[in-house]
Amino acid sequence: MRIAVIGAGAVGALIARELCRYEAEVLLFEREPDVGWGVTKANSGIVHAGFHDEPGTLRARFCVPGNSLFSGLAAELEISFRRTGAYVLAFSNEEFSTLKTLREQGEANGVPGLEIHGREEVLAREPRVNPEVRAGLWSPTVGITLPWELAIAAVENALENGLELHLGEPVTGIEVRGGKVQAVRTGAGRYPVDAVVNAAGLFADEVARMGGLDGLELHPRRGEYVLLDETTRDLVRAVLFPAPTEKSKGILVLPTVDGGLLLGPNAQDLPGEAKEATETTREGLEEVIAGAWRLVPELPLSQAIKTFAGLRPESPQKDFVLGEMGVKGFYQAAAMRSPGLTAAPAIANWLAREISLTYDLPAKSRFQPKRRGIPHPADLSEAEWEELVEKDPRWGRVVCFCNRVTEGEIVEAIRRGARTLDGIKFRTRAGFGQCQGGFCTDRILEILARELGKAPWEVTARGKGSEPVLGEVRP
Amino acid sequence: MRAYKVDVLVIGAGAAGMAAAAAAARARASVVLLERGERLGGVLEQCIHPGFGLHRYREELTGPEFAHRLRGELEASDADVLTEATVLDIHPDGPKVVVISPKGLKVFRPKAVVWAAGARERPFGALRIPGTRPAGIFTAGLAQRLLDLEGLRPARRAVILGSGDIGLIMARRLHLEGVEVAAVLEIQPFPGGLTRNVVQCLQDFGIPLFLSHTVAEVHGRKRLTGITAVRVDELWHPIPGTGRYIEADALILSVGLIPEVRPVEGFVALDPVNRGPRVNGWLQTEAPWLFAAGNCVAVFDLVDTVAELGERAGTAAARYARGELSRGRRVSLVRGENVVSLVPSYLDGAAEGARVYLRVPRPMEGVTVDLGGVVRRKIRVARPAEMIELSVNGDALAELSRRPEVTVEVRPG
Repeated sequence: MRIAVIGAGAVGALIARELCRYEAEVLLFEREPDVGWGVTKANSGIVHAGFHDEPGTLRARFCVPGNSLFSGLAAELEISFRRTGAYVLAFSNEEFSTLKTLREQGEANGVPGLEIHGREEVLAREPRVNPEVRAGLWSPTVGITLPWELAIAAVENALENGLELHLGEPVTGIEVRGGKVQAVRTGAGRYPVDAVVNAAGLFADEVARMGGLDGLELHPRRGEYVLLDETTRDLVRAVLFPAPTEKSKGILVLPTVDGGLLLGPNAQDLPGEAKEATETTREGLEEVIAGAWRLVPELPLSQAIKTFAGLRPESPQKDFVLGEMGVKGFYQAAAMRSPGLTAAPAIANWLAREISLTYDLPAKSRFQPKRRGIPHPADLSEAEWEELVEKDPRWGRVVCFCNRVTEGEIVEAIRRGARTLDGIKFRTRAGFGQCQGGFCTDRILEILARELGKAPWEVTARGKGSEPVLGEVRP
Repeated sequence: MRAYKVDVLVIGAGAAGMAAAAAAARARASVVLLERGERLGGVLEQCIHPGFGLHRYREELTGPEFAHRLRGELEASDADVLTEATVLDIHPDGPKVVVISPKGLKVFRPKAVVWAAGARERPFGALRIPGTRPAGIFTAGLAQRLLDLEGLRPARRAVILGSGDIGLIMARRLHLEGVEVAAVLEIQPFPGGLTRNVVQCLQDFGIPLFLSHTVAEVHGRKRLTGITAVRVDELWHPIPGTGRYIEADALILSVGLIPEVRPVEGFVALDPVNRGPRVNGWLQTEAPWLFAAGNCVAVFDLVDTVAELGERAGTAAARYARGELSRGRRVSLVRGENVVSLVPSYLDGAAEGARVYLRVPRPMEGVTVDLGGVVRRKIRVARPAEMIELSVNGDALAELSRRPEVTVEVRPG
């Protein structure tokens, strides 16, 4: 049995890892040169509770179990995850009744711990919230994580359990004969397989069409964000939502695992072909700031260090498209709009189990679920750090001063597959801090070039064509 | 872990830190100087252009030459140096300073600390400029390190945003290395840097400077392909219809420096405008054992000034370590009209006199700088790019020290 998973975002990575639990050859194809660079890369990173989703939807079905899987998964894969809790804030009578609807909906979905708090309690817990707030729906199980870290960790663990990873290899065709999947084609070759899992994010519609399935319609919904630096860490403790609209969960203010605050996203529907339209707009960033200010009026925008936009796949039915459809061996894990990240672990479990039952796959006896993260000495005890430096002095050489990332971590990230500046950033957080790489970009370039045996001008930020330096000054 | 006892621990080996360490050692203190980089010299090492040292050494030096002189002073002293040493934590009780380097963790128990960590550059993201996020966007300091320290070419055709001195210097450096500088854009209606730099770095090479302009949008998916430049009104809002595409493969930013204060901000008060610690005339912060000097206090124009402040802080720290620095009565220095940066925040009552440094928010002609009605100085043209220095002699200081606070203002006339 050979299975191809298409797309190494959080969803595809987790599915590939779950499939590695069974006796099967698992291949993971990714068009980008690294994992987690599509929808996963620019995402709010919220592990939702499940009160936003109408009962009966696949979103509702997979969000609550996905949320409860996160604690165990984060420990197993050593990724960042923190249950901060969340408030949905109401500023009017109408919004107050929305809170009640959300609570009922959440309770129907099995969301634990939902409570409506009055103004005083909301302000006691979150003193920076707009004092005009009327009430808040408190949800203790909401958490924050780093989606790309999840994808990286899941793939690293899957590789230890036999995964075959094909990076920078977009799938160009899927052979179907007699109503059955036969093979996957890429620019590099033809891979005979018995089944494919379409976890291609924004490109899942194209992949579905390759398999002869026309029913999947997707368009990108762009969300813009503003990131504030770690000096804002004490302003807000929980994820703050406005009352949701028909279209989206609205513009939020949320803490990040690194200690800053993230504002956003807005929601702009783009035409289907705009799958790389990750540019920000003036109006969009203003909308994000206005939306965030409505929740927390005194956000210090002078502490902004980054603006960015992400795309999420939206479909007309506003729900996930999951499971075998139309063609034998063609499985969809598509249209993963919010809460796709939260649902991903539960979907991965369910889908891998479906496939194992259909194909009668025995469980692998040697599956090793534990992945070791790259040690971050700044989070270790002094004795542990001392020990690392004693073995290898590079663990005492700080390269990224803002996030205190050592050369040891960077070299280890390269050993695990980082080939680009972004690859280093997403694995170690070097360059993610207050100075945004102003002090460390040249040093990381130098380390990448040295470790990969390349010239500095061959090193890229995020794949070919994105080289930060163009050559020698005097060749 | 062993704790190292030392009289004065200096953090940061740029101009301020090297001068502070040498001065403290000359004042007979035991001194350790910590530097997070591999080399001593800080930002001076990458400033290979001339224009340094006219005040301190009475000759024109390049950055590395200036650093070399300071290293000489340091070597002639008994100060110890530890490079590649990053400060992890400063505990105010003790005080205790935890440091990591490739040699392992070290704990210092100094009697006094001089914080001389310099400034960092404001990043692109802080500007909230819309568009894509391609490779080819650099802060000026990063572009300068790549070009002048690593010998690497960051651009073929560049646009520079911000006409502060670093932006102007980089325009010339890039031009001299064969990079076409398409434009320098400045959001203010006046240049951000010194007049001499506008002349010598732009005008002499025919590089266009567009005042009241900014970048409205960045273009390019993988690598920058161009930017949209736009004219702005007095409130810095883009004026519709004035956008113009400029082809470029790099955008280089000189949009401000922010004093580094991270490990100390928890226990010293910061000045909201300078963004560095509030200090008195001895460069002493509100934690009496902690002194701060150089661009981590406020951003200065001249390295000569920074070295002089470093010396003053180092000398004072050595005296504090011996228990000989008595604090005078605290007199707050308050911003009046037309004052932005202002150092120090307190005038102390030391008899030797004091120096006050300040900056105006916009170019002004024919002004008087007034310190509490006691010290006055007339200035023909005051510019934001040029810090104003006021000397306060012992008598004036004695007079001012009787008041709870003293206002500094710059007024027409």
